[in-house]
Amino acid sequence: MSWNDKRPMSPHLQVYKLPLTAKLSILHRATGVVLFIGVILLVLVLLAAANGPQSWASMHAFLSSWLGKLVLFGFTLSLYYHLCNGIRHLFWDMGKGFDLNDAEKAGKFVILATFLLTIVTWLVAL
Amino acid sequence: MKPVNDFRSPLARAKGLGTSPDATRFSWLQKITAIALVPLVLWFGLGVASLPEITHDVLASWLKSPFNAVMALLLIVISLKHGMMGMQVIFEDYVHPYRRRLAAILISKFLGYFMMALGVYSILRLSLGS
Repeated sequence: MSWNDKRPMSPHLQVYKLPLTAKLSILHRATGVVLFIGVILLVLVLLAAANGPQSWASMHAFLSSWLGKLVLFGFTLSLYYHLCNGIRHLFWDMGKGFDLNDAEKAGKFVILATFLLTIVTWLVAL
Repeated sequence: MKPVNDFRSPLARAKGLGTSPDATRFSWLQKITAIALVPLVLWFGLGVASLPEITHDVLASWLKSPFNAVMALLLIVISLKHGMMGMQVIFEDYVHPYRRRLAAILISKFLGYFMMALGVYSILRLSLGS
């Protein structure tokens, strides 16, 4: 049940330096949540497009604003990170790459691929 | 009669305690949707980016092609399914007590399925409409 113990807890997240693999892991979860919200917003964008020129005009105006572009950028960054790290997860599911050195190397490759894919997508789009 | 490999007490069995019987299926489905999403996301990310501009007409004509329309439909359905399952895992990890956790999971599933239906409707309207 919920935590009822009011005694102080030994600090962990505030003191321990998280390894790269740990940071990438929680980032995978966080980007997953962001993407779930993002896909919902994507559906709303499609709805605005389907409903005709007027509804599309307001949606397009929002997407062209600085806030809209920020949302889109955040979405693409999360999308590519979750995609690349997801593939890293699938390799683990096959039993490959569990050695810490391999996992860290793959993690760095994932970070690189994320930025490359995001940049390529935005260059193509603009 | 309790099968040989069920070591739970009768009360535990009645309360439904212990490991979930569909854990394997859940895990498989998560991985399978993940694999399916790799080509779908790459197609979507690069496809939308390469449209000259995003207007109602450009989107509608892009979705007229059966391949694009079906890829879009599959993307929406499969990503929401994958996402609902992911959110369930997150809620199971962080939300206590039971009723609040159940509410969170059900709300995200209702929202997910609603968005799935809305997404399918919108894509079909764009693809098949005038």
